[in-house]
Amino acid sequence: MALLALKGVEACYGPSQVLFGVDLHIDAGEVVTLMGRNGMGKTTTTRAMMGLTPASRGSITLNGKEISKQAPYKIAQAGIGYVPEGRQTFPNLTVYENLVATASNHTGTKDPWTVERVVDLFPRLGERASQYARTLSGGEQQMLAIGRALMTNPSFMILDEATEGLAPIIRDEIWHVLEHNLKEAGQAILVIDKHPEAMARIADRHYVMEKGQIVWTGTSEDLLANEDMQHRYLGV
Amino acid sequence: MRVRIVQLITLLILFTLPFIAQWAGQPFWIDLTTRIVIYGIAAMSLDIILGYGGMVSLGHAMFLGIGAYSMGILTHHSFEGSVVPFLPGEWTGSTSGFVHLAASILASGLLGLVIGLLSLRTVGVYFIMITLAFAQMMFYFFIALPTYGGEDGLNVWSRSEIPGLDLSDSMTFYFVCLGLLCAFWFIARRLVDSRFGGVLRGCKQNEQRLKALGYNTIRYKLIAFTIAGAGAGLAGGLLANLTEFVGPGTMHWTKSGELIVMVLLGGMGTLIGPVLGSAALLLLEEILSGFTEHWMIVLGPILLLVVLFARRGIYGFLAGKEAKDG
Repeated sequence: MALLALKGVEACYGPSQVLFGVDLHIDAGEVVTLMGRNGMGKTTTTRAMMGLTPASRGSITLNGKEISKQAPYKIAQAGIGYVPEGRQTFPNLTVYENLVATASNHTGTKDPWTVERVVDLFPRLGERASQYARTLSGGEQQMLAIGRALMTNPSFMILDEATEGLAPIIRDEIWHVLEHNLKEAGQAILVIDKHPEAMARIADRHYVMEKGQIVWTGTSEDLLANEDMQHRYLGV
Repeated sequence: MRVRIVQLITLLILFTLPFIAQWAGQPFWIDLTTRIVIYGIAAMSLDIILGYGGMVSLGHAMFLGIGAYSMGILTHHSFEGSVVPFLPGEWTGSTSGFVHLAASILASGLLGLVIGLLSLRTVGVYFIMITLAFAQMMFYFFIALPTYGGEDGLNVWSRSEIPGLDLSDSMTFYFVCLGLLCAFWFIARRLVDSRFGGVLRGCKQNEQRLKALGYNTIRYKLIAFTIAGAGAGLAGGLLANLTEFVGPGTMHWTKSGELIVMVLLGGMGTLIGPVLGSAALLLLEEILSGFTEHWMIVLGPILLLVVLFARRGIYGFLAGKEAKDG
């Protein structure tokens, strides 16, 4: 049974339909990417998973349990950790407060995340613990957003454009953590990103979206081999 | 360091002011300072939801009024020997300060819980309107209640009684109020510094994000709203003692506006700031009304300047812009 599965998910913003029957699944311990050009419905898909833009049709199940009609906070409590596009840390809370105020263990993880473990992952956060989040650089805020999501001990994480607009060195640092810390620890992750080569290294499987639908799916080898698809749907 | 100095100086002034008043032969100053302290508690309670939770309530004076009426009604029945309605048993009220305090806090806290439950499902301007509507409903309810004086209000025959303390003595009453302000400040500070406070501040900054992190934000906001209501109720009970009168005017929406002005003037999200705001507003009123009855004309531009140039109000000016909360 898939950890998270979407079947025929449709979603609308008012009268405008954005998702047209999205099907995808992620298994436990798997890292999967969702790629596509801007405006194709990637973020809306993640918002539908979180209940922030509720699915108007179709089903979304987490561990076999239907979650598409649940409130966002219940979905988060069920085990989804969401790192949104644009980071959205709490600017007037310190780094430490950002991590601690929202910490929880609804999934009953035996070895829950602690501030110390997050700092081991991102040492910069330890150096900035007492600083307000608004004073951090974009990269540091992104690290904080990931750390904050980890502190909720999710069984499944969504990283929406986690490296967008970041300096290459910071981007590599975040990818390194994804590849060598979270993936190796068995954390299931859905990554939305625009760098196929890096994603092929980090993720197991890939989905490509176009106009609100999944138009391509395959392994990392398939992704790298299919230059035509990359050119057509990812603009690479 | 600068924050601590501001806090200490504020407390020092509050502790020494009645003695200075006595030395200067101006007993009225003690009453004025008492009023500052009482409104300081009310404004501080509003700051919990406004400054930390981002809930702009235009009905906070309702809790002030309910606290005042709780004290006034219990004293009224006690003096008349009549039974307090809607309560089980044949209770004829009380003059005990402890009972008054508990009644003021409980009644307004309970009302905060009920009104919060109904109004916190709305946000922004709708929240402002719904809190205003509830406050005005309560205002007209007490106007239409002849048993407790209606529009004319209710005279409180004597101040609350606390064994070993004579609250009719201005100085004693002042220090009781100041003690309660310090106690409420301590509780509020612990509250906003706790994990609960972190979630509350998170609600102000990005409520949707908190929901996506698994927080039923309404529950947190409701608890804060209830505590803020109880705090204003405490201030109301003290206000009834000070003025020895309770009237529906205490819960008029303009009074809620005054509390917001105090928070803005003093500095939102600083706790001690609203006490400074209370002092600034009441002193300005006192001084300016000596010159003209249209003193609000002067207050308006001052408020405008504070909002434009001193985002954290008087507190921000004294403690520095980037200072942590006081």
